[in-house]
Amino acid sequence: MSKTVPVRLEVNGVEHQLDVEPRVLLVHALRDRLGLTGTHVGCDTSNCGACTVHLNGRAVKSCTVLAVQADGAAVTTIEGMGNEQQLHPLQEAFWNDHGLQCGYCTPGMIMAAAGLLAENPNPTESEVRHALEGNLCRCTGYHNIVKAVLDAAAVGSGVTAQPEVKA
Amino acid sequence: MIPAEFDYLAPDSLQEAIQALADGGEDAKLLAGGHSLLPLMKLRLATPALLVDLRKVPGLHGIERENGSWRIGAMTTHSELEHSEQLGVVARAAGTIADPQVRNRGTIGGSLAHGDPASDLPAVMLITEGSVTLQGPGGQRVVAANELFQDYMETAIEPTEVLTEVRFPVLEGWGFGYQKFNRRSEDWAMVAVCAVIQQTGDICEDVRVGLTHMGSVPLRATAVEEALRGQSLNAENIAKAAQEAAQGTSPPADLNASEEYKRHLARVLSRRALEEAAGLS
Repeated sequence: MSKTVPVRLEVNGVEHQLDVEPRVLLVHALRDRLGLTGTHVGCDTSNCGACTVHLNGRAVKSCTVLAVQADGAAVTTIEGMGNEQQLHPLQEAFWNDHGLQCGYCTPGMIMAAAGLLAENPNPTESEVRHALEGNLCRCTGYHNIVKAVLDAAAVGSGVTAQPEVKA
Repeated sequence: MIPAEFDYLAPDSLQEAIQALADGGEDAKLLAGGHSLLPLMKLRLATPALLVDLRKVPGLHGIERENGSWRIGAMTTHSELEHSEQLGVVARAAGTIADPQVRNRGTIGGSLAHGDPASDLPAVMLITEGSVTLQGPGGQRVVAANELFQDYMETAIEPTEVLTEVRFPVLEGWGFGYQKFNRRSEDWAMVAVCAVIQQTGDICEDVRVGLTHMGSVPLRATAVEEALRGQSLNAENIAKAAQEAAQGTSPPADLNASEEYKRHLARVLSRRALEEAAGLS
């Protein structure tokens, strides 16, 4: 094992100090060291976007970032978006619009969509589709994913929506 | 996939980075955004013994206008370029690179130093007639874009040099076009064509056309340029000039496209890029 390097990460608002080998990818540090398994490894080749997280507020593919490159940075994962009591508007919209089937791509889709809405709170359908070009879904055909992002935008992704009561 | 073991340094100054490269020898590599290098390392196609990360080196970021030129720090991301419309064809091409997540990490300096002939920015640097600044143990030198790309993924950058900035003239008043063809939007270009035109009335005063993935290095379509310079910028003349786009090229065939298909793409995309640059489309 090559010698480890200290890395300081603020993940979902919580400070962490880790010692990692330089070759450890950010996605593995999040999943294996911090137990944040909501971020998925899909293709592992920066194509599919399942591993998307925010690094200092920008959506990135965490399978193509070394944990050491994120030293000193703020990371947001799907666990930082909402919880079962209070879903994030994007999570709420994916639920309402059936924006997922197997759910494997969903954390990455939501983080990529959140990246878009942070920059452009009122995107057109075409802008949503372009913004999700780096995220692959093999179940839904994208239609309901795009609908969910547009609906979340309509609610206002910056404010947390009141969760609807499910019958 | 996990890269092979390597040592890692993130120096605080350019001088330390250059020293680390020199000390590391031929197995040391610079790391910028990592979106060309890390995929190669994960596939074990590259196994550097030392990575020298430029993320803490000051002064490598940002877009500034200095007199008649743009100065862009090497660590400026594709996303920053994409959102700087004043950069014209450079912003347009940067916005087509891969996908938003990749554009948030990939950098102009990393892309040019990697020198992949299928990547978007090298041909664009040829038509802006830009240059890169290299800093090494012996000091600083400037290399013009047309001397930077020497062969497939081979550049004029010495192993101990750091690409610190990119400069290109402000093409004030020039129209531009960018046309890229790929199967999926996040793929590399099968072929891409960039064009800039300076026109007075409908007369083409000057024109530059660049070809991506039509050879082992990015190319200028000089035959197209010669055919159009001084001509009236109408659809007929543009279509005629664009027929010369594949002249003198030897495009690499791959799974997506044969040589002949790429030549066809070069002609069609040249016509579209020129029409766009001339304001006809």
